[in-house]
Amino acid sequence: MSRFPELTSGSRPVGVVSFAQYDNVRREGAHNEVEMLMPVVAEVFGSIGITKDDVGFICSGSTDYLVGGPFSFVTALDAVGVWPPRAESHVEMDGAWALYEAWVLLQEGEIDAALVYCFGRSSPGDLSEILALQLDPYYLAPLWPDPTSLAALQAQALIDSGKATEADFAAVASRSRRAALSNPKAQVAYDRTTEELLAEDYEVTPLRRHALPPLTDGAAAVVLAAGEKAYEWCERPAFITGIDHRIETHSIGARDLTVSPSTTLAGEKAGVGHKGVDVAELHAPYAHQELILAEALALDEGVSRNPSGGALAANPMMSAGLIRIGESAKAIWSGQAGRAVAHATSGPCLQQNLVCVLEGV
Amino acid sequence: MSEREPVTMMAAPIHLDYVFTAGVAQSKNLHGLEEGKFIGQRCPKCKKVYTLSRGSCPTDGVPTDEIVELPNTGTVTTYCVVNVPFAGQSIEIPYICAQILLDGANLSFMGLIQEMPTDEVRMGMRVEAVWVEPDELGPTMASVKYFRPNGEPDADYETYKEYL
Amino acid sequence: MSERCAVIGVGQTVAKAKREDVSIAGLVREAALAALDDAGLTFADIDAVVIGKAPDMFEGVMMPELYLAPALGAVGKPMFRVHTAGSVGGSTAIVAAHLVASGVHERVLTVAFEKQSDSDAMWALSVPQPFSAPLLAGAGGYFAPIIRAYMHRSGAPGDVGMMVAVKDRLHALKNPYAHLHLPDISLKMVEESIMLWDPLHYLESCPSSDGAAAMVIGSERAVGAATAETGRPPAWIHGMAMRSEPTMFAGRDQVNPQASRDCAADLYRQAGITNPRKDFDMAEVYVPFSWYEPMWLESLGFCDEGDGWKLTQSGATSMIENGDIPWNCSGGVLSSNPIGASGMLRFLESALQVRGLAGEHQVADARRALGQAYGGGSQFFAMWVVGAERP
Repeated sequence: MSRFPELTSGSRPVGVVSFAQYDNVRREGAHNEVEMLMPVVAEVFGSIGITKDDVGFICSGSTDYLVGGPFSFVTALDAVGVWPPRAESHVEMDGAWALYEAWVLLQEGEIDAALVYCFGRSSPGDLSEILALQLDPYYLAPLWPDPTSLAALQAQALIDSGKATEADFAAVASRSRRAALSNPKAQVAYDRTTEELLAEDYEVTPLRRHALPPLTDGAAAVVLAAGEKAYEWCERPAFITGIDHRIETHSIGARDLTVSPSTTLAGEKAGVGHKGVDVAELHAPYAHQELILAEALALDEGVSRNPSGGALAANPMMSAGLIRIGESAKAIWSGQAGRAVAHATSGPCLQQNLVCVLEGV
Repeated sequence: MSEREPVTMMAAPIHLDYVFTAGVAQSKNLHGLEEGKFIGQRCPKCKKVYTLSRGSCPTDGVPTDEIVELPNTGTVTTYCVVNVPFAGQSIEIPYICAQILLDGANLSFMGLIQEMPTDEVRMGMRVEAVWVEPDELGPTMASVKYFRPNGEPDADYETYKEYL
Repeated sequence: MSERCAVIGVGQTVAKAKREDVSIAGLVREAALAALDDAGLTFADIDAVVIGKAPDMFEGVMMPELYLAPALGAVGKPMFRVHTAGSVGGSTAIVAAHLVASGVHERVLTVAFEKQSDSDAMWALSVPQPFSAPLLAGAGGYFAPIIRAYMHRSGAPGDVGMMVAVKDRLHALKNPYAHLHLPDISLKMVEESIMLWDPLHYLESCPSSDGAAAMVIGSERAVGAATAETGRPPAWIHGMAMRSEPTMFAGRDQVNPQASRDCAADLYRQAGITNPRKDFDMAEVYVPFSWYEPMWLESLGFCDEGDGWKLTQSGATSMIENGDIPWNCSGGVLSSNPIGASGMLRFLESALQVRGLAGEHQVADARRALGQAYGGGSQFFAMWVVGAERP
């Protein structure tokens, strides 16, 4: 039997071989971004016994508006110490897309390993105001719609379509927060029944508090390694057999918010349906979005959804997507899963989506 | 439809408030400034002393946790004379903006030079910090009013050429 | 293994202080449609879109690619957003090219832009950041002391920067897309312009522009189809490299950063360049302040260290003086600076030259050209080599 799985995307097997994340907290008031990233980078290298000298490329994901100043990625790079100079790049996106860029480069065969990291703090500013700046600057942003209100429009559309009920949202939240009890990095974890959750007041109808993600400060990092290098550093690498990402139109009014065609397409391109899926880590900041994503990816009942608790357990901006890939990889390393699907999202109401299929051999 | 002129600009004011986190290392520097002192931090690996450190050695990526108290004097490594007005500027132009390497530090930082004619500034000039009045000291770079020549002979180019 | 790839279409907007006639979407679309048209393609032929720009605060739109997706025909496709400071236009093109070189896609549209007039870039650059040293100097004030250090090190006479300022503006007169057209430009005019950041005069600094640039990068198969359709030749990519070093560290050479030298060495290895001055027919290099021409001439190996100013002084980099290694025939960043797009314009102009399509500023029989961009405090570098020959 081959040591490498069959690939749907690309031609060179690239594995996730290490993953680390910062403690997800509501407000990291003691450490700045560099100080948050340093231990994460040290752990992601240290846990597999390598150093920055062992990777040929570094790619990061973050966004300036969360930090409140331009070029926030510039000083963050000091957490790695890029000396002598390194091949390095940055995306103003979630770290999952930084991982995509690194995966593309690894396909060419010039380098064998890459470091991917990301960070995002929700605590410095008012996230509901900041995220409004992602919207059409002429027609939408001046109205300052907050992300929860936009998600609520989506949730209401889902209810109106007859596909889900408020109880279904509560069931997702109940399961996710219960799963989070066994995730030491989770920020919000509890054991509460669907009925208990349904007794909560609405934040924005039809969304109750439990259906909302926490505000999180966090950071994460992953090491990718290609071919034999993956086995050198990891007993059972989580090979990326498929990866793809797609975007939808921006205007909320022009989309059917009850479905996620970009996730479906990315999932098809990544070969999600080619074989059975054991674990799915879905980046669904709002509870109802997990239902939309599961349908978009045609996940059946047997798939363990968000065993880490997902974004409902911790939602560090620009990082929660990469963390889904990291958590999926952990499930493969441990043997808990043979095949896992990780998903990352960006933009209002799941506008942009990335799907990554990971397999162990 | 009317024959009106196209709209070429719309005002969409954005006001956002942020709470910044200084972090462990910067807090130490800021407390130093509060006491009228420059604090440096030494990298445990390369042993270089960093001023205004954000907590990591930029080349080694490890915490700079050894505290080094630095003196009030330093050398102008290079400079420019600013003659451009811009928003938020609080000093009368022209003025000298210099890279200052504090004695014992391995990284220079940008500082204002006053109490001298702008056309007499030079590379290698020795300067000292002038602090605000003791009761005005705070955990901020504004505790340093500016730098001024301290009368010592200019430093030899060889002593600071690595810091250009 | 890496697949061959080439630029098969380019498009750029006219750069201006204020493009009041278009929205942000209109601006990027103008460049994108021009690039598609040049390649004989439509949005439907594109597999993925890669967009780059400098800090979002320059326009006040966070992650604008989300809003720009439909304007760039990206709906239902992969859309990717790069931000690597001033080098971003170059890195964006490189990320797009890797999508093809890796075999992932056949045709990728890459776009970079800045619409500085929609917000205030000077403000965005100087948002007061607590705990850090107060900003005393503005943008040019960061680079002026480094330029002084270069002058000190190399012993260059004080007027070399002014010569570059004149030369690039004379080149710009041949480029209809350039922001600054100063027909009366002269050494005297530069010298008499206000001294902003001594030793930098006003006319030795780049303008602030609105503008966008776009390219279509295609696989070998896509190149064949495009050439058959349009009759226009491709610009083959012979090598590409990115390097970063820390912003500030003890002993950092800010005049000739190691990251620049390493990036060039990696690039030249890929492209088989051994003597840049001879092997290249021209170069488009990021020179936002006049003195960066002699500085980059040295760093990029067009001459020995300390001799860059002599090359400039000799007229070697001037196409007006028929120099043997013309730099920035488009007028460069000194003539148009839509920040996020400025790096891509260097890459785009180098491609135009080896395709023989640069019009009035075409270097005769240009076969191989360098495109370079840098950013931040000269710690981020992106470079490529394009050629008329298939590698």
